[in-house]
Amino acid sequence: MEADLLEDLKRKANHIRRQTILAIGRLGVGHIGGCMSIVEILVLLYYRHMHIDPKNPKMPDRDRLVLSKGHGGPTLYSILADRGFFPETWLDTLNVGGTSLPSHCDMNRTPGIDMTTGSLGQGLSAAVGMALANRLDGIDRKVYALLGDGDNNEGQTWEAAMTAVQYSLSNLIAFTDYNKMQIDGNIADIMNTEDLCEKWRSFGWRVFRVDGHDLQQLDEAVAGARSEKSRPSMIICDTVKGKGAFFCEGQVGSHNMAFDLETAREAVRRLKEAD
Amino acid sequence: MAGGKEMRAIYAETLIKLAEKDERIVVLEADLMKSTGTNIFRERFPHRAFNVGVAEANMIGLAAGLSASGKIPFPATFGCFAARRTFDQFFISANYARLNVKLTGTDPGITAALNGGTHMPFEDTGLMRCIPGLTVFEPSDGVSLAGLLEQGAYHPGCTYMRLHRKEVPVIYPAGETFELGKAKVLMEGSDLSIIACGSVCLQESLRAADTLRKEGITVRLLDMHTVKPADREAVIACAADTGAILTVENHQVIGGLGSAVAEILVENRPVPMKRVGIRDEFGEVGTQEYLAERFGLTAENILRQARELLKKK
Repeated sequence: MEADLLEDLKRKANHIRRQTILAIGRLGVGHIGGCMSIVEILVLLYYRHMHIDPKNPKMPDRDRLVLSKGHGGPTLYSILADRGFFPETWLDTLNVGGTSLPSHCDMNRTPGIDMTTGSLGQGLSAAVGMALANRLDGIDRKVYALLGDGDNNEGQTWEAAMTAVQYSLSNLIAFTDYNKMQIDGNIADIMNTEDLCEKWRSFGWRVFRVDGHDLQQLDEAVAGARSEKSRPSMIICDTVKGKGAFFCEGQVGSHNMAFDLETAREAVRRLKEAD
Repeated sequence: MAGGKEMRAIYAETLIKLAEKDERIVVLEADLMKSTGTNIFRERFPHRAFNVGVAEANMIGLAAGLSASGKIPFPATFGCFAARRTFDQFFISANYARLNVKLTGTDPGITAALNGGTHMPFEDTGLMRCIPGLTVFEPSDGVSLAGLLEQGAYHPGCTYMRLHRKEVPVIYPAGETFELGKAKVLMEGSDLSIIACGSVCLQESLRAADTLRKEGITVRLLDMHTVKPADREAVIACAADTGAILTVENHQVIGGLGSAVAEILVENRPVPMKRVGIRDEFGEVGTQEYLAERFGLTAENILRQARELLKKK
């Protein structure tokens, strides 16, 4: 990736982090940890790779994303607002009764959301269905799926993993936000998914492993996955839960935590300094 | 009066007919393609039939994804798996997402027969009725299957169909038309209404009604093929015109047709009512005939219940 573009994307990631922290901070509680760990993955997709049109969010000939860890919605909302799918003022309404931006992704409420998610383990199957539909329709676009550690606990994910290989879905590119924490603790103590790379590889997927906060590494993996001709790809992203939010970075308790607007503003100030 | 054709053959042939006109129609199976009869669909449209192996939850997720991309997916499996094993996937990925997944659960109730209690769905309709906006129906012969299946295909939103796979007696003449949510009157009468659905219960109800007629008791018999939304007007009319209602279902009396009818009656026009169906029990193994006796899904039991009900009028 060119140095200028890389710099732009880094700044974009910083902006999206700030917007997301503020949106959750205004509310006082939310899934801050898992929202912070996926920022770079989504920024890379929505500002560099995905063929989408904010004026025509349902365009059939588009790349799609299934955020299987539906509780990561707030990060995606910050991106969709910034890309012009809806006004930025909507971010102030996160989780407020009647909002178009619910805690978990809802394709019927939010322009730009491609699949309703929230019950972990269901996203990859839906992405497989979309990839099959693209093939039937001769649409040469990608379907992206972003999974969390919880998704990899669910048996349905592995059912979908087998199906994607059975149908040789090279148009399917999945990510694991591998922050190695789940609600009740570290995955090593609750349900260890190691050796995660070997698991996906043994299921027949092409596997990449990158630093999930390194946009350059992520970009190279996506480019590799996009050039794959015969099988789906899984990009396992080593990430840090709460990344960039000083008050919760690396903390297990950040899955769904309360913090006030003052704390959010302090986090934003620190991020601006680092920008 | 056999129809000469198994219901599963009519299911697959109807889907082929629809698929020939509409390229959005796709079929999904979880290693039961032969049982459901859709292997003939796969032969005709090899790229539009997806077999996911024994992974029912994943099958519903695929169907949801296909629907999100504009397809009209028809996943099918045994009713026990369709309802119990995929409930969260069907609830969230398909229905909550307001998609368009046309799920079929085969071998309803005692028709699971020799597969036994593990495979015997007495609760699928009850589970499905709790899903907001879902249309739930059960054809009673090949003509109603073909008619309702096509209706369901173009009904906005998800549907759940109970499908008796085997050959069943004919009820309707060829060309009869059906409307989801509109019950069919199979017999007219004024002393009692029997409301039933599905081949097993309608055939036994027809026999029972014939016997009653010979005794001078006339029965209005309804085929309530759509259990959700149940035909409110038809139920209220039964109450008004006959003053007593007996429901007959190949399902738990909790949550199924009997509950649906009772809910309409109690809020609109309460009249004496009884429910024939499974009384809070699990299924078990046996021939369909044995199981019909075991769980009271026989004309004899319907007659007994009808006579008791008539005393309450």
